[in-house]
Amino acid sequence: MKTNKARRANKAVAKSRTARRKSKYVLRLFVAGATARSRQAVLRVRQLCEVELKGGCNLKVIDIYQQPKLARENQIVATPTLIIEFPPPLRRLIGSLANISGLLVELDLIKKGKITL
Amino acid sequence: MKTNGHKPSPAAHLPKCPTGIQGLDEITDGGLPRGRPTLVCGGAGCGKTLLAAEFLVRGAVQFDEPGVFMAFEETEKELTANVASLGFDLAGLVRRKKISLDYVHIEPGEMQESGEYDLEGLFVRLNHAIDSIGAKRVVLDTLEALFAGLRNEAILRSELRRLFRWLKDKGVTAVITAERGREQLTRHGLEEYVSDCVILLDHRVNDQIATRHLRVVKYRGALHGTNEFPFLIGDEGISVLPITSLGLNHKISSERISTGIPRLDAMLGGRGFFRGSSILLTGTPGTGKTIVAANFAQAAALRGERTLFFSFEESPNQIIRNTLSIGLRLEPLVKRGLLRFHAARPSLYGLEMHLATMFKEIATFQPRVVIIDPITSLMDAGTASECRAMVTRLVDYLKAGQVTTLFTSLTQAGHALQQSEASMSSLMDSWLLLQDTEGNGERNRVLYVLKARGMAHSNQIREFLISDRGIDLVDAYIGASGVLTGSARAAQGALEKAAVLATQQEAARRKRELERKREAIERQISGLRSDHESETMELRRIDEQVGTSTLMLTTERTASGILRQADAKVTTNTRRDPRQGRKIS
Repeated sequence: MKTNKARRANKAVAKSRTARRKSKYVLRLFVAGATARSRQAVLRVRQLCEVELKGGCNLKVIDIYQQPKLARENQIVATPTLIIEFPPPLRRLIGSLANISGLLVELDLIKKGKITL
Repeated sequence: MKTNGHKPSPAAHLPKCPTGIQGLDEITDGGLPRGRPTLVCGGAGCGKTLLAAEFLVRGAVQFDEPGVFMAFEETEKELTANVASLGFDLAGLVRRKKISLDYVHIEPGEMQESGEYDLEGLFVRLNHAIDSIGAKRVVLDTLEALFAGLRNEAILRSELRRLFRWLKDKGVTAVITAERGREQLTRHGLEEYVSDCVILLDHRVNDQIATRHLRVVKYRGALHGTNEFPFLIGDEGISVLPITSLGLNHKISSERISTGIPRLDAMLGGRGFFRGSSILLTGTPGTGKTIVAANFAQAAALRGERTLFFSFEESPNQIIRNTLSIGLRLEPLVKRGLLRFHAARPSLYGLEMHLATMFKEIATFQPRVVIIDPITSLMDAGTASECRAMVTRLVDYLKAGQVTTLFTSLTQAGHALQQSEASMSSLMDSWLLLQDTEGNGERNRVLYVLKARGMAHSNQIREFLISDRGIDLVDAYIGASGVLTGSARAAQGALEKAAVLATQQEAARRKRELERKREAIERQISGLRSDHESETMELRRIDEQVGTSTLMLTTERTASGILRQADAKVTTNTRRDPRQGRKIS
C-alpha cells in the first residue's frame, strides 16, 4: 500500500517535472460523470487552453467515478474542480466555470496584460 | 443490546445499532437507530469526536461492523494519536481494513467558486471508502467545516439534504457531529436534516467542578432516557453513568464475615456483617474510623480475600505505619497481593472521574472487600445530587458483585451525629457510629450499632479502646449517673468494688459478733444449768436428810410411844408435817 502510494507520488512528481519543461501551465479537471455541468466545465477549460494559453498547457480531465482513489488523493469535495498545479501556489476552482474571469485572474493573465476583459 | 432482554419483540421496534459505549446503550435502550443518521452536537471540548470515534472502534472490534471515519478537522495522523490516548488502536484497525480514515481538507484560501457545483466529490470518496471495507457505520466529523469552505449555502444545504438521504439509502448507521449553536442545537441548523436521533453533549462547570453531561434530545420511534446523564472520558473511552441502569435485583448472600474485632462481631448478632452488604461507619474527627476500617481490611485479607482500600486522605504508607502502632501488620498482606491501596486526592479530578477510576480498579483487582476512606472527601468533588447518584451507583455496582463495602464518613462538627452526607445512610445495610464522649477532662471513644439490616444486633454502647495490641470494646458503665467511660468508668468500677468489699466486711463482722453473742449465751445457759443441777442435788440431799430424820423421829416417837403407849393420832400428824413443810419452803 505504502510503496504503491510512494511509487505513484514519484510518478506524479516526474510527470509534473516533464510537464513543467514542456509547458507553462499544469491543469487538472475533476468531474463526476458526464453531466451538463461537467461538460460545460470541460468545454470552458479546453477553450481557455487553446484560445488563451495557445496550447501551452497540460490539461488532464479525470472522472472521479472512474478513479475514486484520485478524488481522495487530490482532496476533491465538490465537482467540478479545476486544480491549477503549476505555476504555484496550488489553487482550486470549483464550479462549472460559468464565470471565467475568476479562472483568468487565477492564471494571472489579466495582471500581465495579456488579455482584457 | 444485551441489556434489553426484557423488551417485547424486537420486530415491533426500530432496529438498533449498539454503540458499545458504556451506559449509552442503556439510555437509548439498545443503541442508535440502525441505518439512519444520528446527530451528536455540543460545544467545544465536549467529546463529540471521541464519542463518534468510539462508536466506530467498538463497532469494528465488538460487533464486527467496519466503519468509515470522515474527518473534516483532524488529519488521519492527529486523529490516530488522539484516540490512541484512550486505548484505541486506530492505525491497527485501518491496517486490518476494519476502519477507513479519510481526512477531508478544505482550505478556503485556495478555493474559488465559479458557477454551479455539487458535492459529488464527497459522495464518491465516501462511497469508495464504504465499499472498499464493507462499512456498516459512518462518522462525519464535523460536516460544518464545509460551511467555512464553501460559500454557496443554497447549494451546500441541498447537497447536505441529499447526503443524508444517500446515507439512509446506503443503509449505514451514521454519526454526524456538529458544533452547538447559540439558539439552536447546531450552528448551521443541521438538525433540520438529521431528524431521527439527536444527542446533545454538554460540558459545564458547577462550583468550579466541570462535569460532562449527555442527553438524548430526540429519538424518533423509540423509548429513551430523557434525562441528562453525567458521562466521562476515561482511559478506556466514554462511559455514561445512568443511575438506574443496575437496579435492585442483585443476588444476596447470607454468609457472614467477621469485622476483625471479636466484640463487634458479638454486637452484630455474634457473626459480623453479611457478605456483599454495604456498611457505613460515621464519626467525628479522631474517633478511629480508619482504624476500624484497617482492622476490617486486615481481617478480610487474612481470610485470603482480596481487599481494596481506597484512601482519599492518607497515603498508603502512612496508613501502614499508623496501623502498625496498634498492632496491625498490613505490609505483608500488601506484599502477598491480598491488600491493595489506591490513594488519590479528591480534588485531583472530578467526581465522575473518581468513580470511573474506582470502577476500573475494582474490575481489575476483583476484590471481595472494598473500603472507601472516607466517602465524605469525595463529596467535595461534586454537588450533593451528583454525589448521591455516584454513591448509589457505586453501592449498586459493588452489591451486584457481592463485594462487601465499608464506607467511612466524617461527621462535620456541628452536624447531628445521625445525619449522613447526602443522605446516603438509607443506601447502607449497616451503620456503625463512632462518637466522642467528653467528661472529667477527657475524651473517650464509644461505638454503637445504629442499624444492621437483617440481624439481631446489640443496642448497647460500647467503649472503644485503642491500644498497642489493637482495638478492644469494653462495656461502658451505664447507670443512674449516665454513661461513664474512661477514667470515670474505671473510678466507678473501683467505687463499686470498694462498696462490695465494705459490705462483705460488714457482714463478716456482724457474723462474728453474733457468734460471740451466741457463745456467751451458751456459756450462760451451761452455768445456769450447772447451778440448777447443784441445787437439785442439794434439794435431794435435803429431802433425804429430812426423810431420815423424820423416820428416825418417828421411830423414836414410836419407840417412846410404845414405851409410853400413846394413841395413833399423834403418829399420823407427824407423818404429814414434813410434806407441808416442803411446800412452804
